Amino acid sequence: MREGAVNRYTLKNAGLFQPNFGAKKWTNPSTTIIAVTFDGGVVLGSDSRVSAGESVVNRVMNKLSPLHDQIYCALSGSAADAQTIAEIVNYQLDVHSIEVEDDPLVCSAATLVKNISYKYKEELSAHLIVAGWDRKKGGQVYATLNGLLSRQPFAIGGSGSFYINGFVDAEYRKNMTRRESQEFVVNALTLAMGRDDSSGGVAYVVTIDKDGAEEKCVLGNELPTFFDE
Amino acid sequence: TLEACCSRAWTSCFNSTSIMAVEFEGGVVIGADSRTTTGAYIANRVTDKLTPIHERIFCCRSGSAADTQAIADAVTYQLGFHSIELDEAPLVQTAASLFREMCYRYREELMAGIIVAGWDPRRGGQVYTVPVGGMMTRQPVSVGGSGSSYIYGYVDSNYRAGMSKEECLKFTAEALTLAMERDGSSGGVVRLAVVSEQGVERQVILGNQLPKFSTV
Repeated sequence: MREGAVNRYTLKNAGLFQPNFGAKKWTNPSTTIIAVTFDGGVVLGSDSRVSAGESVVNRVMNKLSPLHDQIYCALSGSAADAQTIAEIVNYQLDVHSIEVEDDPLVCSAATLVKNISYKYKEELSAHLIVAGWDRKKGGQVYATLNGLLSRQPFAIGGSGSFYINGFVDAEYRKNMTRRESQEFVVNALTLAMGRDDSSGGVAYVVTIDKDGAEEKCVLGNELPTFFDE
Repeated sequence: TLEACCSRAWTSCFNSTSIMAVEFEGGVVIGADSRTTTGAYIANRVTDKLTPIHERIFCCRSGSAADTQAIADAVTYQLGFHSIELDEAPLVQTAASLFREMCYRYREELMAGIIVAGWDPRRGGQVYTVPVGGMMTRQPVSVGGSGSSYIYGYVDSNYRAGMSKEECLKFTAEALTLAMERDGSSGGVVRLAVVSEQGVERQVILGNQLPKFSTV
């Protein structure tokens, strides 16, 4: 059983601890997520904090949710909304891939997410970044904020992402290697977690290429440090 | 915990901004964008937000233009008086304390985020930040204004202790450019100033001369 599934169960049945519990702070996406393409695949990253007001409800939540073998999505915003969208799209993609008798395209996954986000945009407050690898176009990253669909070389999301806009604008380069992309993602997450109180914990990193998906967890004491630490 | 709400205060600022100050060995480098907005209209696209308080002490103003101008005028008067009494150049910390006194006492009425930076013979180049609310703290590098949220990550990762004057100028110009690119309330030109024992050198980087970053 995946770690993510355990957390999902815990959160859903924790009743009162739904992050949508009425304080206005939760209308803001409370997380940091990032996805970057590199030559041959994509790297996704997220922090691990779920906060309900001032309290951290889950400090080890994996916000990188698989939609298919080589397609993942990064969750931000309301945890309940985001997880539900991911579950529904996971199911729809399974059905779709059986029908076409092939692995689904990342574009298809992103479109399914976008359709739900757009149709229910008044009720939902979740932003999913969809990223993965397929045979047709290789590594791709799609942003689906508020129901738009935009393919980008990289995407950032969540409340922590505001603080790293300058950093990613300056440091992103096309055609980084796999290792450079992973470092870029971990650095960006660390900087965001350092400034945003709604992001923190450990960094989850998923690297997807033609050989499959590799999940990694970078613990707090293994994260890079910067000049004031 | 200290409540430094400068990164959230931009939502209710009348005039939003990107300002920055960096200490180096021998002085400070300060920088600001040049946009003053009233709602969606840019009231002044070539504003000078770097205000001299004394010969070698400057302040970078963010928040309400009216409030910060009034505070700066008051502090300039008080500091001038103080330095005549002392018969020597005032300390940067004194200027920062005067700002803090006023910003804290009238915190309910004011909306002012100020960075005080300068050079004095006793402690060299210093940067003090006095964000909304009226706390004061010394930092080697400080950013402020609405655009500052976007460059915290860049500043945290790129600042190194012991940079030279030219490196600080480049660092400040790049950081402010990135902030101006992302923040709708910041823009125009980048105004820079170097304050050191030798005095003040000011420069302006026009829009077409700003550093470029490889975006898509």
